[in-house]
Amino acid sequence: MSTYLPPEFIHRIDKDRCRRCKRCILNCGFNALSFQDGIVADHSKCVACHRCATYCPEMAITIEKNPLAYKGNALWTSDVQKNIQKQAETGGILLTGMGNDKPYPIYWDNLLIDACQVTNPSIDPLREPMELRTYLGRKPEGLEFNTDANGEVSLKTQLEPQVKLDVPIIFAPMSFGSISLNAQKALAKAAEQSGILMNTGEGGLHKDLAPYGKNIIVQVASGRFGVDSKYLNSGVIVEIKVGQGAKPGIGGHLPGEKVSAEISETRMVPLGSDCISPAPHHDIYSIEDLNQLIFAIKEATNYEKPVSVKIAAVHNVAAIASGIVRAGADIIYLDGFRGGTGAAPNVIRDNVGIPIELALAAVDDRLRQEGIRNRASLICAGGIRNSGDIAKAIALGADAVAIGTSALIALGCHVCQKCYTGNCSWGIATQRPEMVRRLDPEVGAERLANLIHAWAAELKEILGALGINSIESLRGSRERLRAVGLNQNVLDILGVKHAGR
Amino acid sequence: MKIDAKDRHYRDLNALIKKAVANGETEIELLNINGQRYLGTGIDGQVKITVQGIPGSDMGIFMNGPTIIVNDNAQDSIANTMNEGKIVINGHAGDVLGYAMRGGKLFVKGSVGYRVGIHMKSYKKHIPQVVIGGTAKHFFGEYMAGGVLVLLGLNRQQGEPLVGDYVGTGMHGGVIYIRGTVKEEQLGKEVAVMDLEEKDEAELSSLLQEYCTDLGLDYEEIRAEKFIKLVPVSNRPYGQLYAY
Repeated sequence: MSTYLPPEFIHRIDKDRCRRCKRCILNCGFNALSFQDGIVADHSKCVACHRCATYCPEMAITIEKNPLAYKGNALWTSDVQKNIQKQAETGGILLTGMGNDKPYPIYWDNLLIDACQVTNPSIDPLREPMELRTYLGRKPEGLEFNTDANGEVSLKTQLEPQVKLDVPIIFAPMSFGSISLNAQKALAKAAEQSGILMNTGEGGLHKDLAPYGKNIIVQVASGRFGVDSKYLNSGVIVEIKVGQGAKPGIGGHLPGEKVSAEISETRMVPLGSDCISPAPHHDIYSIEDLNQLIFAIKEATNYEKPVSVKIAAVHNVAAIASGIVRAGADIIYLDGFRGGTGAAPNVIRDNVGIPIELALAAVDDRLRQEGIRNRASLICAGGIRNSGDIAKAIALGADAVAIGTSALIALGCHVCQKCYTGNCSWGIATQRPEMVRRLDPEVGAERLANLIHAWAAELKEILGALGINSIESLRGSRERLRAVGLNQNVLDILGVKHAGR
Repeated sequence: MKIDAKDRHYRDLNALIKKAVANGETEIELLNINGQRYLGTGIDGQVKITVQGIPGSDMGIFMNGPTIIVNDNAQDSIANTMNEGKIVINGHAGDVLGYAMRGGKLFVKGSVGYRVGIHMKSYKKHIPQVVIGGTAKHFFGEYMAGGVLVLLGLNRQQGEPLVGDYVGTGMHGGVIYIRGTVKEEQLGKEVAVMDLEEKDEAELSSLLQEYCTDLGLDYEEIRAEKFIKLVPVSNRPYGQLYAY
């Protein structure tokens, strides 16, 4: 069948500047460029990942949206028409990559942070100590102390296992399979350098990552890929993945052609076979069942590691979170509907779930009302873009945030949203050896560590302006936030006053 | 050694078992077991555990080597995500047995519930093997990706079905052997029914001989009836599902 799909982008090469070095051809993962007496572009294959343009030594390449692709229409937009054409040609479920790109409200951008003026002093973080250290894990109901004959005081309360973060940021779970081993190595090295954590995702732990165990969260998802007792004991936190913000209620398929020898070994599955993650964990049909799996993991790890439960933010998220805490989870990872993915059905990503800002506020409220907020740390994720978002998330009640897309952008990702094709020109969402090789884990780690360093410095600036010297003092302090342009319902849910009040 | 489990919480009981194994104990008998969970979890190696009473759910979850003999019925999720070792149950057992099992053996003398043997895998030399003596309910061998799953249908009541519906639905690896016949409408659309070849007969013989020895059953009587073999049509059942 011939296609009716016009090219989305026009790939232009300035013939005067081009020196025909062909670097662009080698860099393109999508086979869009070839050499026929000069560089020739197949516009229909260009995804605007900008790898060629970034690496062109003469800056001879520009990529534009195809102005003639579709006639403008507010209802029958280009995306709508393109999707219908694709499905008319294939009869398939539309796949997409990365987070929801539709113009839903981004509440972070309607929240503003307070600062000190006159009545109490702000603090200069360049010269005064600022504390970003955060501990993940179950906190006690209260603290009791012993005092010995010499007046020495010691802690009497037995603390549950705690994991230290130097900065309240972790790298979001991204499996070996969805991303390359070099991308995972970069994340692990950066986590170690920055005193934070990376998360294996559901694809098992490659042997090369084992030395980074002190900075790793290992994940247990419905497919149980690569999960055995050694795996459970090789990180500092074990996470049960129930849901993902980009595809709540949906399982996953890693297609068999991506299951190479290394992935087969790491996931402990047959070579070349599809990796199917069932939509539910078939041993979790209730809060009681979740409790059973949480304690199975605790038994397998001698009660030495906090157990996290990751869920997508959905309509009744507050009640679900309360159940998760009561089931014994030490950490809840809340993933909002803008969270990223390597592959998800378009219709699910764009239409299912709720925004993280509202989910976070609702969960924090509910756990406080029930007097159980201390029992679990809250990690919030799904579209965290900068340190401002982080400060706002923490003020709304998060203990820490997780970043996936931001981390990938630091590694070179240009958000072309074609992760599911496995052709990533940046060596991130691909298993093709010639693509993976171009992502140097050392360089990647440096870029990531720089990003964490920069955001940590900015968080300290924000704390200083707020007149506080510890991230703990901002945690759940919604009085330090004001909103602009939000209606009363949203203000009530966020527990934030409108600016001016 | 013997450990009396009467009125003991599973956490204390499992701590005692772990300590005994760490001290080099190779045979442990658990008395008065009454629903304690996670027996055999968090221990490695060649220890043999005999269970007197009815063990709770998730017995052998993440287990890596030990042998567990149960002289009674057992609850749900036995051999969950098990890696290596052997579990023999001399009675009936519940739902979701052998979920995501990657290696080792699970032998059940009686009947089992729903979703048994689902998402079993194999990997290099690890091939999980599950044999059920009685009947099984719906979704037997769902999403199966590797390993061997056997259903014998012994001691059935008049009119009692051998297995429920959706047998092997989503199956994309491994093999299921069933003693008797299954109606077309009971099968998932991803499986095909085949006759056993020579190598299947050999695999089944050695597995069933071990099963019969462990559970005191008559091997010849079991082999007297014909077996069918279920295999996946494709190892990529959902390859054509998506638009790229």
